[in-house]
Amino acid sequence: MSHQSDLIATDINAYLKQHENKQLLRFITCGSVDDGKSTLIGRLLYDSKMIYEDQLAQIEADSKIVGTTGGKFDPALLTDGLKAEREQGITIDVAYRYFSTAKRKFIIADTPGHEQYTRNMATGASSADLAILMIDARHGVLTQTKRHSFIVSLLGIRHIVVAINKMDLIDYDEQKFEAICDDYRNFVTRLDLPDLHFIPISALDGDNVVERSEKMPWYTGSTLMNFLETVYIGSDRNLQDFRMPVQFVNRPHLDFRGFCGTISSGIVRKGDEIMVLPSKQTSKVKSIVTYDGELDEAFAPLAITLTLEDEIDASRGDMIVRPGNVPKSRDSIEAMLVWMNEESMVPGKTYLFKHTTQTIPGTIDTLNYRVDVNTLHRDPAPELALNEIGRVGITLSAPVHFDAYRRNRSTGAFIVIDRITNATVAAGMILDKAGDGKSKSVWDEDTSATSGEDVDISAVTDDERAARFGQKPATVLLTGLTGSGKTSIGQAVERKLFDSGRAVSLIDGEYLRKGLSRDLGFSAEDRSENLRRSAYLAHALNDAGMICIGSFVAPSEDVRNRVAKVIGEDQFFVVHVATPIEVCRERDSKGQYAKADAGDLLNFPGVTADYEAPASPDLVVDTSKDSIDECANQVIELLRGKSIIK
Amino acid sequence: MSDYSLTHLKQLEAESIHIFREVAAEFKNPVMLYSIGKDSSVLLHLALKAFAPAKPPFPLLHVDTTWKFKEMYDFRDNYVAKELGLELLVHINEDGLKHGIKPWEDSERHTELMKTDALKAALDKYKFDAAFGGARRDEEKSRAKERVFSFRDKSHRWDPKNQRPELWNLYNARVNKGESIRVFPMSNWTELDVWQYIHLEKIPIVPLYLSEKRKVVKRDGILLMRNDDRMPLLDGEVEEEKMVRFRTLGCYPLSGAVESEATDLVDVIQEMLLATTSERQGRIIDQDEGGAGMEEKKRRGYF
Repeated sequence: MSHQSDLIATDINAYLKQHENKQLLRFITCGSVDDGKSTLIGRLLYDSKMIYEDQLAQIEADSKIVGTTGGKFDPALLTDGLKAEREQGITIDVAYRYFSTAKRKFIIADTPGHEQYTRNMATGASSADLAILMIDARHGVLTQTKRHSFIVSLLGIRHIVVAINKMDLIDYDEQKFEAICDDYRNFVTRLDLPDLHFIPISALDGDNVVERSEKMPWYTGSTLMNFLETVYIGSDRNLQDFRMPVQFVNRPHLDFRGFCGTISSGIVRKGDEIMVLPSKQTSKVKSIVTYDGELDEAFAPLAITLTLEDEIDASRGDMIVRPGNVPKSRDSIEAMLVWMNEESMVPGKTYLFKHTTQTIPGTIDTLNYRVDVNTLHRDPAPELALNEIGRVGITLSAPVHFDAYRRNRSTGAFIVIDRITNATVAAGMILDKAGDGKSKSVWDEDTSATSGEDVDISAVTDDERAARFGQKPATVLLTGLTGSGKTSIGQAVERKLFDSGRAVSLIDGEYLRKGLSRDLGFSAEDRSENLRRSAYLAHALNDAGMICIGSFVAPSEDVRNRVAKVIGEDQFFVVHVATPIEVCRERDSKGQYAKADAGDLLNFPGVTADYEAPASPDLVVDTSKDSIDECANQVIELLRGKSIIK
Repeated sequence: MSDYSLTHLKQLEAESIHIFREVAAEFKNPVMLYSIGKDSSVLLHLALKAFAPAKPPFPLLHVDTTWKFKEMYDFRDNYVAKELGLELLVHINEDGLKHGIKPWEDSERHTELMKTDALKAALDKYKFDAAFGGARRDEEKSRAKERVFSFRDKSHRWDPKNQRPELWNLYNARVNKGESIRVFPMSNWTELDVWQYIHLEKIPIVPLYLSEKRKVVKRDGILLMRNDDRMPLLDGEVEEEKMVRFRTLGCYPLSGAVESEATDLVDVIQEMLLATTSERQGRIIDQDEGGAGMEEKKRRGYF
């Protein structure tokens, strides 16, 4: 391993001394073969002299047999491990590579760029401090660049190097480089990526990889290697919140009881007051024991053994913390989940959740939404399949002691294990529970704050509007089961009113969820929040003098009453589209009822959740008895009867 | 330590200790595979650290092919068993011995019977559900994708297509009856890390790693040291004294020596750093079956 240092030959002891003080940096490389990722890794290994002659000879021989470079030296073969993969010419798993310089030891998690391998990228990213995102200078920011950035941000990597490769193929053009940087910056404002760097490189020729490029004098920043050697990662560690999950209790004899564990975060000192969770018993640190003697203090991520002043019973899965700084302890958590198994997630099924040093049974109760990793859109979904990511609510059979993943990667992460196959089926990142029950509390604050008084900043009076539009403003809520015909009626009403010269607007759940409510799922709480937002939208339309037709399942009487309060009861009319459920099922082209029957769709009104029929609707229509047109006429008649239109 | 930063070796050490403790806590009957080489020395040292002041709560298992160097047996019996006082199990495939295979004549069959089969038989005999090994990902291409907790089915087979994803330091330790896990606490160590750690921590290793005058014979371009007369000289072969050392230790008829003046550890590290061929080069078994030799062996249950 002929490292590039003259010290090895001249003063080996000085060299060893230097290397004793190296730091460790883990990074992940994201990009496809076409971006030159393998070439870059090959170059980093090659330029830091991590390839032996015999390995090189083997690769050169392999290049002739299975290479894709027409017999030329194929650096991808350096990084492709398993036989089958070599034969197929693709990398399909996470491979770890190692190299070091005088300043740092590096561990590269090399993951493939294909869409179906989100699983591998998440795996590689979970332990990385930094990510190198490869962009082909000729193509700029692509869908896959966005996908990789999202996963990197989701897994909490703070340092991103965007390596804009193949600069040689765009004539080392500064303007084009800057344009790609701008493009990328615009995109990532939506993500949490705090530390962003751009480096123009040519991996093939080595420009700005290890040596500064003479062809790009306009670039004055670090070379990639220099950046990797110097980027400050010390502050990434959480040294504020002391957490040590008890991993193993060491009792060689009656006089010694040591609690072994790896410090997740924070610092602990001899004499510190500590608390054990969940028992909440307190004591003081008597000693910090290691094989090399006792320590006065220890910090994350050291693996230590604590002895305590008092006889406290703690076991594996407990957590040692400071009394004044405790994590949350809950048996229900909200998390982002990356599904990693061929068999899709089943809501309601019991899985095992391994979090710190405890493994607890629990169920995934709700799937709030699924994230489309290519567009970052949040879509409703019945389940998560392999390589899909979603936000879920989980109920555990015992409390876990956790911090939000954003704050603490160690106490905020968990894996999901199938109880029968023992496979690791998912990885989870716990979300801040500040959002817990938010929708409900906003409703409460909201209605109490605004009930009875309307904030009106308009300079145009209602009468003036009514005179212009020839109508009074009103909101009609069409409520009913999925497939009952709400939206069809709504469209027919809208058409009739519009054709007769009225100002009218139609909104429905899907419309809201594409924009205003894109962050919401289909739990009872989220449905309620969606309706709250819809109510304010309808209210705004009414304020503008328009008639608003809203088509929503709106299964809860309580929530409908709240909507009435927001809009104003004298201009809010409830139409119950009471088509029998059997008919609704027959019309269900998306197969949603079948999924709900199978238990795949939780909170589906009429099947897995209640639909409360309105107690006193202004009108009841039934599309199994009357045509859409007839139902629409009944709605028009209602509005005429209420003197909204003439 | 004042700025709360860790050197890479301290960090690697902490991660390895974490893995040892995790296995000790989650498995009923773990064992540490002990091969007497330098990686085993580091592995053992890490195990001692993980459970101090207690001894490691599991035995060591040496799968003995009966063809190891005498210095290795001495080291095993005097240092590990006697001085450290650890529980040491030695397993020999007695049936395999009856075949009288000469390792230098059929290295593949020798490895299969005396190592792979013997290891499986020993694991079955003692019903171990987890076995620590000192393998590193940087050793060989097929190991780059190996997990820290590597799942093996009832027949000890490894399926590279069906590995469990491994995230953070959360290891899935669940196995059904008869299945097992191979655990590699040193996955992220490199050869340089190992040597540096041996140097820093003053870890005892078998003296064969250091150069001295030894009697060797050149066969197929490889310098072999005859430990005893079970491996006779072939026609025309002559033994000569040379300053040699071994970069890796295994069965003596299969381990090539390198000529070297490195008589102390620092010299060895210096040579290693200046070397241009990889560590396993001197090993004959890797060269079977083309480039994928190790991968094939691993599928069948060899480490």
